[in-house]
Amino acid sequence: MTEQLPAGAQEWAIETRGMTRRFGDFVAVDQLDLRIPHKTIYGFLGPNGCGKSTSMRLITGLLTPSAGSIRVLGMEIPEQTELLRRRLGYMTQKFSLYDDLTVLENLRFMAQIYNIDSRRAKQLIESQLGRYQLDERKGRLAGTLSGGQRQRLALAAATLHQPELLILDEPTSAVDPENRRDFWEKLFDLCDSGTTILVSTHYMDEAERCHGLAIMESGAKRADGSPAQLMRELGAKVVEVDGENLRLLKQQLGELPEVVSTAQQGTHLRVLVTDTIDDPETWLRTAHPELVTNRQIRAVRPSLEDVFVHCTGNNAAKGEGTRQ
Amino acid sequence: MNALSQSLQRIGAIVFKELRQLTRDRPTFGMVVMVPLIQLLLFGFAINTNVRDLPVGVVDLSHTQTGRELVSDLTATQIVTFTRTYQTPKQAEDAIRRGQVHAVLVIPVDFGQRLQDRRPIAQWMIDGSDTVVGNALLALQQMPFSSGFETQPVVRNNTFEMALFFNPERRSAVNIVPGLVAIVLTMTMVMFTSAALVRERERGNLELLITTPVQSSEIMIGKIVPYIFVGLIQVTIILGLGHVIFDVPVNGRLDQLALGVFAFISASLTLGLLVSTVAKTQLQAMQLTVFLLIPSILLSGFMFPYEGMPKAAQWIAEALPATHFIRMVRAIVLRGATLEDLQPDLWWLIGFTVLGVVAAASRFKKRLD
Repeated sequence: MTEQLPAGAQEWAIETRGMTRRFGDFVAVDQLDLRIPHKTIYGFLGPNGCGKSTSMRLITGLLTPSAGSIRVLGMEIPEQTELLRRRLGYMTQKFSLYDDLTVLENLRFMAQIYNIDSRRAKQLIESQLGRYQLDERKGRLAGTLSGGQRQRLALAAATLHQPELLILDEPTSAVDPENRRDFWEKLFDLCDSGTTILVSTHYMDEAERCHGLAIMESGAKRADGSPAQLMRELGAKVVEVDGENLRLLKQQLGELPEVVSTAQQGTHLRVLVTDTIDDPETWLRTAHPELVTNRQIRAVRPSLEDVFVHCTGNNAAKGEGTRQ
Repeated sequence: MNALSQSLQRIGAIVFKELRQLTRDRPTFGMVVMVPLIQLLLFGFAINTNVRDLPVGVVDLSHTQTGRELVSDLTATQIVTFTRTYQTPKQAEDAIRRGQVHAVLVIPVDFGQRLQDRRPIAQWMIDGSDTVVGNALLALQQMPFSSGFETQPVVRNNTFEMALFFNPERRSAVNIVPGLVAIVLTMTMVMFTSAALVRERERGNLELLITTPVQSSEIMIGKIVPYIFVGLIQVTIILGLGHVIFDVPVNGRLDQLALGVFAFISASLTLGLLVSTVAKTQLQAMQLTVFLLIPSILLSGFMFPYEGMPKAAQWIAEALPATHFIRMVRAIVLRGATLEDLQPDLWWLIGFTVLGVVAAASRFKKRLD
């Protein structure tokens, strides 16, 4: 860019202010403010129906916002949606290439749709086939591929025109863990070569890989920041309690006002205690000795799941988890 | 007994689930009501094999009062309505070829003389390309007529001499085959295009496609073009086999026919596109196609003559591309007419296509809301 831009105009790859979308009475996305830097992987983490997909569709211009403003790659959305299309790659939740075309035919089709000239298209397709290990399957119908192969094909097609921004809507929901790891390797490669990636997920391990993260629930953002920052700034402390009869203990602890949540993990119970208690172990030992006699208590580092649990559900109403 | 009641309960669960789904699928539910309703109305009112008020012309070479009486007697039968007057039999023949009138009554110069002897008193020139129309007019052959001046009643076998043009043997294949082109094309063209777009939506392809630089009009045109070729192949099969097997003549010029077919295919595909912007599933697209197909078969003049239908049914028929095409294809194939003769129908099809594509493209927003 040689022209002079107003300060900060290109600072964010995606910037939304008060982005809202209503379907009748239902508010799918509520006053969402996002600032996503260039060349990072940014994640939407949230349960199904929390407004992840709707937010992505608003950002790609597939839906018109009911209120608020959206800027993507310096373009006003939805007004400049058509301009954005050439610089955007989009991978839908459901496999959306043609089942009855072969891998090669699908890629050729996408190359033509993006007006890539045929010589260059040939090179690009060749390199995509290699990069996404589809070389040996290029003659197969897309409908006959396995989940992981389809996913790679979808990513190859979405990045064929070398978009600056890649939007992935729950890309790994139908993929086994190994393929998921491979898939994320590819995303990091893309990010390193300068692509901004927005990805939605409901897997904690995936969310933890993102540079930045927005935890969403009921169309609103409950928390955002880098995973490390979110875990560090969690407004609660975490202890693990061992011993017998964990079901009963879970119920008893759950009734205490200082306990944010409890979850059984194998042979121990993971307990989130509010920040107002300085040392949860001492507190448990002194205030409720009858519950924790003969049990081991161990303070542990908060995980992203703890952050998620703390920010969503009834806990969010306590206001502790909401942070800007 | 217990097993039976359990079984009944399970059946009941499925029955109610099915009904609930049906009521939530609005277009399908609409079809449940609309199909019998429309069929009943079409069969009950519109379809009337007793043809009335056929538009016909007259060439009165005798210029006599009795000639005018003959015309008014014929009008009184309600089978025909005299809408045109021509100066010469040649003009009259052209008018029939163009489809302006279905028949022309020629009252000869020696009309007065003929009233006195046993010869037929006048001649009907009839367009035989629609057999139902032809049959209705043939019924007039022995209509009694006397001027009142005869000294004694003249007994004659036939009042009129009948000249049946274009299909003198009155073979129904000659009439049906060109019409079939319209019906088959309506069915396949509308179904193909409507299903083609809906299928992409159902499979999720469309969500990807609309995030690319493709324009809606480009999607629309891209969907139409391949089926134009499909349509041309179908027409070739129908008319080719019709000619070989049923000896149906192709009297008109083939280039004219191809142009007419092209206009109709485009209009039908446009109709399919419009369907696809309404239908959400392939099943709905199929139902809407059938919904359009029924009037195309019953009202277009394929089975029953257009003139036999009440005004309201004629208005509906005018809205269907098939009606216009059936007029054109019969005129070109059987009567050797040219597109110049058929301009209103041709322009109607072109206009429908243009407006339809615009409407479909504007309805089909590259948006999901």
